[in-house]
Amino acid sequence: MSTDPRVDYRTEPSRYRHWKLACDGPIATLTMDIAEDGGIRDGYKLKLNSYDLGVDIELSDALQRIRFEHPEVRSVIVTSGKDRIFCSGANIFMLGLSTHAWKVNFCKFTNETRNGMEDASRHSGLKFIAAVNGACAGGGYELALACDEIWLIDDRSSTVALPEVPLLGVLPGTGGLTRVTDKRHVRHDLADVFCTVTEGIRGQRAKDWRLVDEIVRPAEFAAAVRRRAEALAAGSDRPAGAAGVALTPLARRDDDAGYRYEHVDVAIDRAARTATFTVRAPAAPQPADVAGIEAAGARWWPLALARELDDAILTMRTNELAIGTWLFRTEGDIDAVLAVDATLARHAQHWLVRETVGFLRRTLARLDVSSRTLFALVDRGSCFAGTLLELALAADRTYMLRLPDAPATEPTMAASALNFGAYPMVNGQTRLARRFYDDAAQIAAVERTQGTRLATSEADRLGLVTSAPDDLDWDDEIRLALEERSSMSPDALTGMEANLRFGGRETMETRIFGRLSAWQNWIFIRPNAVGDKGALKVYGKGGKAQFDFQRV
Amino acid sequence: MAAIDYSEKIPNNVNLASDRTLQRALEHWQPNYLKWWSEMGPDGSTDFDVYLRTAVSVDPSGWAHFDHVKMPDYRWGIFLTPTDADRAIHFGEHLGEPAWQDVPGEHRANLRRIIVTQGDTEPASVEQQRHLGLTCPSQYDLRNLFQVNVEEGRHLWAMVYLLHRYFGRDGREEAEALLERRSGDANNPRILGAFNEKTPDWLSFFMFTYFTDRDGKFQLCALAESGFDPLARTTKFMLTEEAHHMFVGESGVSRIIQRTCDAMHELATDDVAKLRAAGVIDLPTIQRYLNFHFSVTIDLFGADQSSNAATFYSAGLKGRFEEGKRADDHRLHGQTYKVLEIADGRLGEREVPMLNALNEVLRDDYIKDSIGGVNRWNKVIEKAGIPFRLAVPHKAFNRKIGTLANARVSPDGRVVSEAEWNAHVRDWLPTAEDRAFVASLMGRVVAPGKFANWIAPPLAGINKQPVDFAYVRFN
Repeated sequence: MSTDPRVDYRTEPSRYRHWKLACDGPIATLTMDIAEDGGIRDGYKLKLNSYDLGVDIELSDALQRIRFEHPEVRSVIVTSGKDRIFCSGANIFMLGLSTHAWKVNFCKFTNETRNGMEDASRHSGLKFIAAVNGACAGGGYELALACDEIWLIDDRSSTVALPEVPLLGVLPGTGGLTRVTDKRHVRHDLADVFCTVTEGIRGQRAKDWRLVDEIVRPAEFAAAVRRRAEALAAGSDRPAGAAGVALTPLARRDDDAGYRYEHVDVAIDRAARTATFTVRAPAAPQPADVAGIEAAGARWWPLALARELDDAILTMRTNELAIGTWLFRTEGDIDAVLAVDATLARHAQHWLVRETVGFLRRTLARLDVSSRTLFALVDRGSCFAGTLLELALAADRTYMLRLPDAPATEPTMAASALNFGAYPMVNGQTRLARRFYDDAAQIAAVERTQGTRLATSEADRLGLVTSAPDDLDWDDEIRLALEERSSMSPDALTGMEANLRFGGRETMETRIFGRLSAWQNWIFIRPNAVGDKGALKVYGKGGKAQFDFQRV
Repeated sequence: MAAIDYSEKIPNNVNLASDRTLQRALEHWQPNYLKWWSEMGPDGSTDFDVYLRTAVSVDPSGWAHFDHVKMPDYRWGIFLTPTDADRAIHFGEHLGEPAWQDVPGEHRANLRRIIVTQGDTEPASVEQQRHLGLTCPSQYDLRNLFQVNVEEGRHLWAMVYLLHRYFGRDGREEAEALLERRSGDANNPRILGAFNEKTPDWLSFFMFTYFTDRDGKFQLCALAESGFDPLARTTKFMLTEEAHHMFVGESGVSRIIQRTCDAMHELATDDVAKLRAAGVIDLPTIQRYLNFHFSVTIDLFGADQSSNAATFYSAGLKGRFEEGKRADDHRLHGQTYKVLEIADGRLGEREVPMLNALNEVLRDDYIKDSIGGVNRWNKVIEKAGIPFRLAVPHKAFNRKIGTLANARVSPDGRVVSEAEWNAHVRDWLPTAEDRAFVASLMGRVVAPGKFANWIAPPLAGINKQPVDFAYVRFN
């Protein structure tokens, strides 16, 4: 394991210790064969295909490789390389040793990865089939739940199970409870039984209860799964002959004051507990046709931006817990950003463009669920346009500089076609629709301005900014806002921001990030789970959990 | 439904005649059991009259009732060692509390798992051994095989009784599943790996009954300590029968060794080829079989560090071997135990929490116990004046489970390279040629008092009957 306590999300298949990615024509097989001694932290062994953050970082990377490097892949078989064990879920000893923040961050990332699989199924023409070839419990079943279909080996022993409640005193918090109801429509009373039997459910009953889609005898299992994967592949529009784009190693310079990428710079002010994310518009002309985009590959600005921003968010979320406020700034030529957006819109059907937009969509969605205060600062030289306007729309507040004495030099914003559907939040709404509570007139007013620069007063009139201080007030206004914010309870802010960001409608994903995660995170700090005699702490050591039986 | 005289058909001491729940379960299960026996029990044996021991009560006079019976008519009974009303749980977190007479809800899943896993091994071994009757070396041995088979069947009944009586509908379904899995069927395997291996010849059978049934003994001993009283009492009674299986194994191997030593004297040679030509099994081959069965069996105790083992102990579900005779606090908090590990290319020891190492504790107790019989086999060789000694291989040899899984360790406990392993594995584990040779010796000998050439007769018959007694009437 690394001696650097900071977690690095960058990896590649040749460095995987836990997964094998094999692509065979339209079918990719992701085989989980977890190295017991390969934990990302000391103190536990990853027995029985149990996972930790390091394992999930590889899974997340493998999914990206399939999306970008293997456009010919149309369906993905997720299975296990171990004998008679599919996956036993998140490693319990790891959870027992982890801080609360580590657990919450780990669960969030694993949730995002599983949501990403469903996102790929919805948008990218990638279908997932869980080939459950052995015992499948907890997070193992939650991984299967994220697939389009679950096929269970019918060997009269292998079960699917969510034993968290009876065994560990916590919830199946990686979407388990939510997907059992919202996605698989397991009747709630049967789900109640399922979620309280440690040993799980096998065979025909698992199918009858809708916990799995098919059960197949061991001798036919691999072939049946393969046939099903082929059938799922047949319905995909992913290209057969296209060459993939190599996701070359992501260059990042780390120093004490932040993380530096080509298009993204993260500058940390530790005293103020803020980080400034500066996102730069393309400095060089970007290709406008498909051939040019393919040739640019991972160097193409929107793809490079997505990779850098994604890595920056993950890195900051995991490694910089005390930096509670993230400021978003942009720099560069608005027209260059709008030109890229025009290209993205024109070639939206091309697989690489579709994947790039998808990557941006998921990265922006990560921002929405990050437990940090997000402020956007629209000042001189900024370029919050189209795709980059989403950063401002994602923010809890947006400040835009007013220059009453020199209106011609005021910063501007601009909307593009991509602000009206390409980047939905996990609640299914665009950020503009979220902002205006689906008010058609307000959304249309912004839509009519597409491609035109909106000066501060116009942006303010359209409802796109929170506050528009003039140049005399700007520095103090921003300073006061940040200092005041930083002084408040981080827990209360996290809770408040999560509530305000997701007003109105609910989806399965918001229920996972909201209802399920909130309950789980509450349970995670309760003595019944993490006290000295809490269920998570005593698990596996032979002690018995001591509960305070008062219902709260 | 026709009234069944349960005490006649199913000998028992569990008040079966007045227990409606149990009757309902068994009325359904018993016909399926007989169907399983006719499909998967000893091949072609339905009409044989076999001189079998039947337990008809738990009194010392009642559990060894001998008579010729047809195996499908064997009276598989349900017996628990008589209850001790004052019994208290004597280890774990519930130490000192009265033993449970019903399944505590919080331990339902773990008890069910323990009972199903144990129960699954019983029919599995019958299935593994079902063709051996066709190559028996004598009537005496054929009878012993069948005795082992019907008693494994009774042990299945014992576990099914617990499932039926204490686990409701789920227990009935698990009891059915015990009849549905099949040893070695890739589509429908038995739960534990070793119980899906073949028992292809009688040397394997004797090694299995010596080593693997001894694992059964240790598991049963650990369960006989259980705080769940019906499980403790059931397994305690099963142990009386398990002893016979180990006797069959130990005496069987001993008689093979005796015959080999005799042939070595007669031919004045230790040359393997000459001995094989004379139709006896050379001692190095016996050693390789021993290495195989020993190493596969010690895997059955599970991983050297196990959270389940800790949970089962602390919850009072499964004790240590002879828990009651041990002088410690019977809780084991803060205590440690040494387990093996490979570090820097050599075997070393590491202290780990005792509670998590209880599989290893039981494995080590087993190893001590199993060495006893090997020493007695060596006495036979020593008496014959032959300078060869059998030995159990090192604990780290040929392991597939736990920290040592797939490590390359020689039988004498050296960590070896892949190259050295490959160069010597033929000396350490039975080869295909060894197995083919042993198989070539297997022919059916059934005339009373006659024995195959590769095995010596026993010193005495069963139940004081002569060795040439008609133990099996073929009809």
